[in-house]
Amino acid sequence: MHFSLCDLAADIAQNAAESGASVLEADIAETDTEFRFAIADDGKGMTESQLERAKDPFHTDGKKHPGRKVGLGVPFLIQTAAQSGGGWDIRSRPGIGTTVEASFDLGNIDAPPVGDVPGLLRTILLFEGPAEMVLRRSYNGTRGRTAYEVRKTELVEALGGLEYAGDLVLLDTYLRSLEEDDEETDET
Amino acid sequence: MAKMTLEELRKLRDSKKTDLRKREADGKEIQVIVGMGTCGIAAGAKASLDAFLTALDEKKLADGVLVRQTGCMGLCHSEPTVEVVVPGMPTVIYGKVDAAIAREIVEKHLIGRSLLENLILDRPAADIIGGN
Repeated sequence: MHFSLCDLAADIAQNAAESGASVLEADIAETDTEFRFAIADDGKGMTESQLERAKDPFHTDGKKHPGRKVGLGVPFLIQTAAQSGGGWDIRSRPGIGTTVEASFDLGNIDAPPVGDVPGLLRTILLFEGPAEMVLRRSYNGTRGRTAYEVRKTELVEALGGLEYAGDLVLLDTYLRSLEEDDEETDET
Repeated sequence: MAKMTLEELRKLRDSKKTDLRKREADGKEIQVIVGMGTCGIAAGAKASLDAFLTALDEKKLADGVLVRQTGCMGLCHSEPTVEVVVPGMPTVIYGKVDAAIAREIVEKHLIGRSLLENLILDRPAADIIGGN
């Protein structure tokens, strides 16, 4: 099981990054009562029967880890949603791509904590694969209000890369500044 | 602090790029590669990566070390796993790398140039490198 909802989203995003996608899009929307994410890729996609099998924890396509009999990413999502009154949906078409959506009721005692959202965005940006990633994040609740979008190509251009630890420290600083309340930014 | 713009990020990057920033030729850099498969994420690999960034920043090594993420290295029993590549030293995979051990790897392996013998897993699992 993943400790936080952000870890869960990171796992799903890693699947998208490994799908052969050229574009990965992620939407992370949070209020005080709900956490939603949608992660879409334009990678190889799955047929209906492949998708059914992906929901089985004792199934993997065997390509990445020949001889293994488990694949836990999607089953973790389904289990977490089932135990905490959340919802999930996976739509996939071969050759077109896959979209995974999930929503969680943060008031449910069994819902995992949200976790570190800007850290999640950094984690997604560091997955190898898609040339472009478009990540959208919003929060609207008692801590304030923020909504922003980052693009991998723009960040790579501004930082000169996303490889050196120094680039990533600056990326963290940037992403955490975007979490600041929209109102306060408007005033300054 | 207000939200930064991309332009401000670019300026900050330029201001940090001092003479100390010497990026060596490909293949000669120190690399820290963190396993971020389902197993790694579940075991707290993100916290380990955070700890590497903090430690590298503190030790003024941030501009000389590549930090990357990879998928499962087949050693799910010992996650979080981290591969450390230091030119002139054997490439090793460490297991059970929590935040404290991440700091220890920076101090002893990257700076001290000695291996943390008890945590070495040697190489990826046989089915990952062998293909069957």
